[in-house]
Amino acid sequence: MRESIIMKIHYGTALGAVALVAVHILMRMSQKFSDSLQYQNVIANYHFLPYALMLEVLLVLLSVHGFNGLRVILLELKQGSTYEKMINYGSLAAMAILIAYGSRTILMAGMGVS
Amino acid sequence: MAVVSVPKPSEESNSKVKTIGQTNTITLRISRSNPSEGQEAAFSEFQIPVQKWTTVLEAILYVKQNFDHSVAVRYSCRQASCGSCGMKINGKPALACYTKISELNSNVVTVEPMNNFPIIRDLAVDFKQLISNHKKMKPFIIREDSEVTPESKEFIQTPQDLEKFLQFSYCIKCGLCNSACPTMATDTSFIGPQGLAQAYRYVADNRDKGKDERLKIVDDSHGIWRCHFAGSCSQVCPKGVDPAMAIQLLRGYLLGFRK
Ligand code: HEM
Ligand code: SF4
Ligand code: FES
Repeated sequence: MRESIIMKIHYGTALGAVALVAVHILMRMSQKFSDSLQYQNVIANYHFLPYALMLEVLLVLLSVHGFNGLRVILLELKQGSTYEKMINYGSLAAMAILIAYGSRTILMAGMGVS
Repeated sequence: MAVVSVPKPSEESNSKVKTIGQTNTITLRISRSNPSEGQEAAFSEFQIPVQKWTTVLEAILYVKQNFDHSVAVRYSCRQASCGSCGMKINGKPALACYTKISELNSNVVTVEPMNNFPIIRDLAVDFKQLISNHKKMKPFIIREDSEVTPESKEFIQTPQDLEKFLQFSYCIKCGLCNSACPTMATDTSFIGPQGLAQAYRYVADNRDKGKDERLKIVDDSHGIWRCHFAGSCSQVCPKGVDPAMAIQLLRGYLLGFRK
């Protein structure tokens, strides 16, 4: 992939995350913070489909942004074609694993398995 | 009627002798190393008589003439046009011929080779990568009809067109910007502010048709995106070039803000 496309994704995910994190924080503020962390409330969040979907999107945005950021840092730290290939594929794998693990949590909580 | 009074001969000579003719002595510390012989950097110190106008380069040449001719330093024009004499002067990248000792406000002047370049010996560094990155940017006007024929006319350019790239064409390839760049310090494959500013210089020239070619070259994993806007390149440039701005303007084309 061209670096400009990757960086457009990087900036886009950052902007998307700002918007979604804002919604996320506003939702926390609709009740007392300690209440928002009560077991029943947390589970209720996951049962509310639009919010659960938003969390899923946020998970994807931040995994992509965070691991691409880490990829950039590592590419600037050391150079070499084998190393760079490892970093590129490694960050893709890390994104996929984090998204899979996070989705598993969202899905399980949403379906009431815990 | 305006009255112009000429200073009396006695007044004139007095003031000049006091301010201009004064000789000071400073300590010049020169970093000496020879990596190919495995010789690590160590400082040699010299006491140098300087006057108000003495430049750092002149002080180094004084050492070569009077104390130690083996000091390795690259220079040529002595007037900030050839780009040869870049070095670290009291920790900051600058041209030795364009830095007066008196402006450093210090009796100890330390000169070291520029950062982010391989050292050849003492103050002389290797410019191979800078020149090769500069060449990769295709630093010339690209267009089909650039061959001069009897029918050729000049390529017309308005002062506004010229303004778009003029400051970037003042680059003398001294490498100070690359030596100040924090990305260059760890990313050995980074094109660097010098090359990227030159890519912009030609892309922004309305006589040039090589925009797409150059954008493809800078849009690389060690290209334009590895600038994080530290801005140190623009602070140290002795010719008033603003490479950090050139990089952001060039990014504008890749992000679709500019055509
Ligand atoms: C939501 C707010 C965020 C915004 C607006 C944002 C924006 C940005 C931008 C613009 C860059 C590019 C910087 C550059 O090229 O110099 C960047 C880099 C980076 N971001 Fe984020 N980011 C945000 C959140 C995060 C989060 C939550 C993480 C961690 C998961 C993260 C990890 C990184 C990393 C590791 C880099 C690479 C370091 C760098 O280039 O300086 N960011 N971010
Ligand atoms: S942009 Fe300025 S600092 Fe960089 S090489 Fe050109 S003249 Fe030197
Ligand atoms: S000697 Fe030419 S720029 Fe300093």
